[in-house]
Amino acid sequence: MSFLSVSQVSKAFGGARVVDAVDLSVERGMFFSLLGPSGCGKSTLLRMIAGFETPDHGIITIDGVAMNGVPPNLRPTNMVFQSYAIFPHLNVFDNIAYGLRKSGLSSDELRRKVEAMLATVRLEGLGARAADQLSGGQRQRVALARALVREPKVLLLDEPLGALDKRLREAMQIELRAIQRKVGITFVLVTHDQEEALSLSDRVAVMSGGRILQVASPRELYDRPNCREVADFIGEINFFHATVKEVTESSVTVNGGLLGIVALPKTNVANGITAGDHVLLAIRPEHVGIAPQGLSGTIAAATFLGERSHFHVKIPGRTEPIAVSGQAPAGESVSLEFPPEKLIALPATG
Amino acid sequence: MRERGGVADKGRNVRQGYALLAPTLVVVGLTLAAPLGLLLITSLKSQSGIGFEAGWTLAQYSEVLGRGSYRILFARSVVVAALVTALTVALAYPMAYFVAFHARRKFLWLILLTIPFWTSYLLRVFAWKIILGYGGVINSGLLGLGLIAEPLGSLLYNPFAVVVTLAHAWAAFAILPIYVSLEKIDRSLLEAGSDLGDSKLRRFLRITLPLSMPGVIGAAILIFVPTTGDFVTPELVGGPAGAMIANIIETQFTQVGNWPLGAALALVSMTMVAVLAGLFVAAARAAARAVR
Ligand SMILES: Nc1ncnc2c1ncn2[C@@H]1O[C@H](COP(=O)(O)OP(=O)(O)OP(=O)(O)O)[C@@H](O)[C@H]1O
Ligand SMILES: [Mg+2]
Repeated sequence: MSFLSVSQVSKAFGGARVVDAVDLSVERGMFFSLLGPSGCGKSTLLRMIAGFETPDHGIITIDGVAMNGVPPNLRPTNMVFQSYAIFPHLNVFDNIAYGLRKSGLSSDELRRKVEAMLATVRLEGLGARAADQLSGGQRQRVALARALVREPKVLLLDEPLGALDKRLREAMQIELRAIQRKVGITFVLVTHDQEEALSLSDRVAVMSGGRILQVASPRELYDRPNCREVADFIGEINFFHATVKEVTESSVTVNGGLLGIVALPKTNVANGITAGDHVLLAIRPEHVGIAPQGLSGTIAAATFLGERSHFHVKIPGRTEPIAVSGQAPAGESVSLEFPPEKLIALPATG
Repeated sequence: MRERGGVADKGRNVRQGYALLAPTLVVVGLTLAAPLGLLLITSLKSQSGIGFEAGWTLAQYSEVLGRGSYRILFARSVVVAALVTALTVALAYPMAYFVAFHARRKFLWLILLTIPFWTSYLLRVFAWKIILGYGGVINSGLLGLGLIAEPLGSLLYNPFAVVVTLAHAWAAFAILPIYVSLEKIDRSLLEAGSDLGDSKLRRFLRITLPLSMPGVIGAAILIFVPTTGDFVTPELVGGPAGAMIANIIETQFTQVGNWPLGAALALVSMTMVAVLAGLFVAAARAAARAVR
């Protein structure tokens, strides 16, 4: 069994299922993210792992121990709250020492641990600072230090960077990842920011409407989303309706409408697709090629982004413009090609 | 250049500040500072007939500080006020806690809890007289149940009756500030306390109680100060054994006609209350800060 395992966990608030039969397994020492739009139940799932909410069904185990009925104060988890929840009546040192006071440490040991943690989160010398004299980034570090100093088996982070401005957020992402590598504790991070999830995590679970859509590495999520929703949520993507003509050992041939008849490698096709199925062909903007011969259209809108541009191409016979990222050609008209090995086929339903 | 602009701005701000304060300053000046000044002047005189003797004297103060019977009254006032304060806060805290953390219809609960205080203070004191009296509710109830053979005479006309009556009379003044300070506590702080290993009780002692200290201090001051100066309740339910310093002050002004002595008693009493209240606030703050 994996280190943290969530099996068939459900939770309803007043009839509405907020978390619906969720299964997850997280390995020890992993940086795991729960990614999903606002209101999809990420926080609720995290709070069930922490023990603040009780699942209606299902079992959560940490390191082989079932957590049902274990109150939050006795769980081997610690949480970094979205609001940070820094104790306003305590200074930085006492905030970090809060969870160590009962553990029977000598005051020297306690001081040493807190000082070491202050150094880890780069707050050296700020121990005596009052809680209300901290910047947003510093509060975030205190919240992190306070949880980490207890050396939990699993650290839970609920949108820990959500309240920071963009620059600080990016700096803290790098630092968070470095701290996780250093302490080696299993991190479970909740976020609705796909870039954050992709850049930080070893594995990401994409959630929507209380369900887990896909659990995979960031690369896999980007290259091989397993459904339309995941593909849409992780970055930009173009879709084409298509019908499966033939399925063989190594390839799948589809009739892609404007794209014509295309043969995709079998690995680019979601499981369970058979001949006659209606599918969606998906391709990322940066994989759309510009070629002398191909589907011709006109550039509708372009954004210059330094080395490459991002532009939308209108194609006759299609209402949705095609998003392309690359070297924009001079002039209005352009012709596009769609390399079969970059196309992926997803079930059209769901 | 900049510097001077800054100074000019500051001057304008200060003037604006005083302008905003002006109405309050007038009211405070007329109703608080002026009477206090008069009281101080009066206390430095001595009575002769219906007027004051010419010249200034500290005789009233040596009388106030020297007489043992006054010291007993001062001590009793402080002890009774401290008991009333402790009892009221101790009873109000759980109620405020319940409304802030567990009640569903907080507003309704607050209204219900404060309804008794919509009636006159005197009515409430008289109600206690009826409850505690010789032929009162408690005695007739106990008699009816056959638990006692004769009415208990010891319920009324003693410091105990004063404490009970005042503790009830002040309840709303304690519940509201404590409720407000509890309501303000961010619930995620409590979750953080649990998350960091605290049981519910430890969490209460380490987070809820220190963070609600401003409300407790406010309630305590709101009760302690007027209680030391109360003369109606001791008069009505305290009897001779329950008399407090304010009863003597009142007597000096209305019956004995020794205004300078009354004024000196009042000023000494005020000073004492101020010092004790200050000590209490400092102690309570220190206690809250000592929590780690
Ligand atoms: N205690 C509660 N009582 C009733 N409904 C709740 C409660 N907590 C959460 N919900 C509802 O459950 C749904 C999921 O909430 P949750 O906080 O898990 O979302 P989330 O994915 O964390 O969203 P966000 O990204 O906005 O934080 C929301 O519709 C929310 O209104
Ligand atoms: Mg949330």
